[in-house]
Amino acid sequence: MVLLSERASLAAPLPGAVAYAEPSMAGAGDYLALMKPRVMSLVVFTALAGLVAAPGHMHPVLAFFALVCIAVGAGSAGAINMWYDADIDAVMTRTADRPVPAGRIRPGEALAFGLVLAGFSVVFLGLMINVLAAGLLAFTIFFYAVVYTIWLKRWTPQNIVIGGAAGAFPPVVGWAAATGGIGLESILLFFIIFFWTPPHFWALSLYRSDDYFRANIPMLPVVSGEAETRRQILLYSLVLAPIGTLPWLLGTAGLVYGAVAILGGLTMVGMALQLYRAPKSSAEPAARRLFAVSIVYLFVLFAALLLEHAVGLTQFGLPFGRVFA
Amino acid sequence: MSLVMIPQQNEPGIVLTEEQKRRRRGRSIAIALALLAFVALIFAVTLVKGPGVMIRPL
Repeated sequence: MVLLSERASLAAPLPGAVAYAEPSMAGAGDYLALMKPRVMSLVVFTALAGLVAAPGHMHPVLAFFALVCIAVGAGSAGAINMWYDADIDAVMTRTADRPVPAGRIRPGEALAFGLVLAGFSVVFLGLMINVLAAGLLAFTIFFYAVVYTIWLKRWTPQNIVIGGAAGAFPPVVGWAAATGGIGLESILLFFIIFFWTPPHFWALSLYRSDDYFRANIPMLPVVSGEAETRRQILLYSLVLAPIGTLPWLLGTAGLVYGAVAILGGLTMVGMALQLYRAPKSSAEPAARRLFAVSIVYLFVLFAALLLEHAVGLTQFGLPFGRVFA
Repeated sequence: MSLVMIPQQNEPGIVLTEEQKRRRRGRSIAIALALLAFVALIFAVTLVKGPGVMIRPL
């Protein structure tokens, strides 16, 4: 496994300064785009799952407030990410039209926007809900903005493996908001997202490797090649599938979740195996399929968990958890 | 000390285009809506928590 990038062998230097529109041409939508709304929606969804799965009752208004704080916190991390990554976003086709590299918002504005939102979200989560949830949210923002964006992303092909922890924290924050503590089930949800992230992002990077090469980002396909990336995707999928079933096996989720986790896990492993065995000519369609399926897998898994807790079907979980306890 | 009034010509300064005015208006409305939502949220949470609004358990 390659830990460090061979930067000397990577692509050419990044392009020069971006011309910023003056007076500002930024619309309200550009500030929303800074917050990465698609990532934010996943964060809200997984945090909601953690919040609903937690024992006890939380007033709906407080739960909504906690989710808004978590969403804004995630958005703040996205804005700080766009501030720092403006140079590499400018050379990647997928990200070139983001507000900062496109010249609609200045980097300093993006940073200030992100920092203000981060401060507000953490302080108000702490004031109105509890300090543990606020602390976890602050750590999540720090982990994504500093550990992943500033430190790992340009340094090691393990960037999205370690950095994936930032995306895995929201259910733990949601659980902490509801209970004031950290439970076994929230840790299981953390590990599901943690082991889901590498197959998901490496599938994307397989068919966007030219972009990453141009931007000098040491993603696994750029540093270690496609074959190694496909092998790693398969290995992580093999770990992910059984971890996905743990909430059912330990009795904290019900039969519906268990069935979804087994079927979804088998599908993920099957798609990863298909990608691993695919000849070079059909590797890209297989990677695109796996990327799409991975999104559906995580969504359905957490939707099943939400549904079960909402209608009270968790009593059909296997009792292994109680045996171990 | 005496103040001397110097007549100045009205200079046009920065003249916004229609598109720039439209976007500035959009930003202003978005800020207003965000502030309103923020106030409404804090008000709702305060109502729910009642006198215990400043109690912050770990």
